[in-house]
Amino acid sequence: MSDESARPNLRALSLHVPEPKFRPGDAVDFSDFAIPPAGSVARPDTAVDAGEIKDHVYGLIRVLDEEGRAVGPWDPKLAPERLIRMLRHMALTRAFDDRMYRAQRQGKTSFYMKCTGEEATSIGAAHALDRDDMCFPSYRQQGLLIARDWPIVDMMCQIYSNRGDRLKGRQLPIMYSAKEASFFTISGNLTTQYPQAVGFAMASAAAGDTRIAAAWCGEGSTAEGDFHSAMTFASVYRAPVILNVINNQWAISSYSGFAGAEATTFAARAVGYGMAGLRVDGNDALAVYAATEWAAERARGNHGPTLIEHFTYRAEGHSTSDDPTKYRSAEEGVKWPLGDPIARLKGHLIAIGAWDEDRHAAMDREVAEEVRAAQKQAEKLGLLSDGLKQPFDSMFEDVFEEMPWHLREQMAQMKAEREAAGL
Amino acid sequence: MTSMTMIQAINSALDVAMGADPKIVVMGEDVGYFGGVFKATEGLQKRHGKTRVFDTPITECGIIGVAVGMCAYGLRPVPEIQFADYIYPALDQIVSEAARLRYRSAGEFIAPITVRSPFGGGIFGGQTHSQSPEGIFTHVAGLKTVVPSNPHDAKGLLIAAIEDNDPVIFFEPKRIYNGPFDGHYDRPVQPWSKFAESEVPEGHYTIPLGKAKLVREGGDVTILAYGTMVHVAAGVIAETGIDAELIDLRTLVPLDIEAITSSVRKTGRCVIVHEATKTSGFGAELSALVQEHCFHSLEAPVERVTGWDTPYPHSLEWAYFPGPVRLGEALKRVMRD
Repeated sequence: MSDESARPNLRALSLHVPEPKFRPGDAVDFSDFAIPPAGSVARPDTAVDAGEIKDHVYGLIRVLDEEGRAVGPWDPKLAPERLIRMLRHMALTRAFDDRMYRAQRQGKTSFYMKCTGEEATSIGAAHALDRDDMCFPSYRQQGLLIARDWPIVDMMCQIYSNRGDRLKGRQLPIMYSAKEASFFTISGNLTTQYPQAVGFAMASAAAGDTRIAAAWCGEGSTAEGDFHSAMTFASVYRAPVILNVINNQWAISSYSGFAGAEATTFAARAVGYGMAGLRVDGNDALAVYAATEWAAERARGNHGPTLIEHFTYRAEGHSTSDDPTKYRSAEEGVKWPLGDPIARLKGHLIAIGAWDEDRHAAMDREVAEEVRAAQKQAEKLGLLSDGLKQPFDSMFEDVFEEMPWHLREQMAQMKAEREAAGL
Repeated sequence: MTSMTMIQAINSALDVAMGADPKIVVMGEDVGYFGGVFKATEGLQKRHGKTRVFDTPITECGIIGVAVGMCAYGLRPVPEIQFADYIYPALDQIVSEAARLRYRSAGEFIAPITVRSPFGGGIFGGQTHSQSPEGIFTHVAGLKTVVPSNPHDAKGLLIAAIEDNDPVIFFEPKRIYNGPFDGHYDRPVQPWSKFAESEVPEGHYTIPLGKAKLVREGGDVTILAYGTMVHVAAGVIAETGIDAELIDLRTLVPLDIEAITSSVRKTGRCVIVHEATKTSGFGAELSALVQEHCFHSLEAPVERVTGWDTPYPHSLEWAYFPGPVRLGEALKRVMRD
């Protein structure tokens, strides 16, 4: 503004633009990062009035303590066999991610997204849900499919857009769809799945069914209108739905402050909607399990929806198209105060005498071999990089149930043009 | 057969469809207890229950998003967007979600949603209660777009849309809810009961999507119209005595290309009329198709008579509306060539 318009007797306004604490090259110091001790958050009855547990949205539910013990009221007291299955699912997810990341780097496909560091948020949740509870995932919930023992060959075929891809090569790699695993088709547009999950839950409730729904989004996309529409609908109709926010601190290069993290927690979004909100250590598989179990029981009891913030860290880049060294300090991930979810569950299993280093090393070898074998099988059906694997006609299929004349005409035109060009 | 207004016919369609299929749910702003601001859903909640006919929060994004999720459960939602002008917050859920589910999941998930929405002007609704955004939706792969022009068609087309397994945008020309409108805004409204198209069977029937209706046979020029404009065109034909063939498209996607091309090949002339703004409007698509399919039969340039490329003005509504004077002039121009 020009000087003439300034009013010297009034204080000048200033605009606040959030800035993360650490940028590339900065030494990372998390010493002012207050970590509530494991076991310190109360576990209310699942029928509790949401207004009575407002403090939970500012706390942090943690079960595993620094010595690897499961402590406090949220300890789900799972049998060691179950814990080992969860550990294995997390290890398999990480091995799968490593392999597919490399496949992309080798030029075998166009794109990949890892969930490294966030495995517990999907796998802990999937173990606490029933297998027919409907999941509306975002793009980093491959752990849900793996925890539901979905064939990883099928996932790889989707990533390669090859002859085995049930989605006919139409979707960007990792945008899975698996109705049989109660896993909704992934969009890629952010948080669109939130109101959809609420709609599914409303339909299930209206039908007197027992299935509940769960949705996942990142902290960055809680800013989308869909998030708030979904929260309103879920609250208004007390929909049996679990709304998960994976707060992994980074939305591509924008840190969580650009979604409102400087002002409050993401779990606190629940308070304004009169909804139960929980905030969970997302790198603690037992805490994720326990919070999901609580929310599921609440939903099944017709006590309404729950918003769960999973506090975690995106240990790798946003995707293969991203280089996080350009915008954040490399030390952040190394020094992340809540540790690594696999290491923590492993430590717990060792602490209770159900596991040891040798068995862990053997498991790592097994999952690596499982992934390698699956990759071999998937690659027999082709790679995105070695030519088109889908019949050309398939491009025009499934736009509508029945192909209308204009698509038939365009299909014929495409064929004629290719023939004329000698293709 | 009963004489019905368009509102009554739409209400009857919803009632009949809901009676036949428990998977159909109706939702939207004010549609429940109150029965909708235009009364299209009146009595439905009482007859079909609160979990099948209910009011929603005021978030069009939420309404369509929730409808998509209901489809994943197996329901067939019929959401109402109170005015077509309010549909934009729902665009992402319609365009990127409902329209693409079948394709992106290779048929695992589908979205048999019928989005009903009153559209068009002529009611002094100003720029937020008058728009005709059909061209935004006809541009989207995977959507069907339907615009009825009378009670009989409205009921048959709406039941067909609800029973269709793809998402349908069903735009209801609200200017003709209670009676046809020939564009002479200074004359009293004629109620539907005076017209044969108000005779509506009480039970179930469908009018297939993708089939145009030949309203009037003629030899000199083809007029392509839909919604309110069908009646404006019919009025102009009667007043001018031009031997025009009038086609009510009824469905824009999928389009009845046969009906259009066979008529234009016969008449050699074509005037397209719609209320929506001109640039990139559906008339542009129609004009291109006529040119592609009927080039050698054309004896005059294809004319478009449309709303101007401005927001819908309140006080100058009748200067914006492509009424009888403008259509008459266009017809004279094409007949001169």
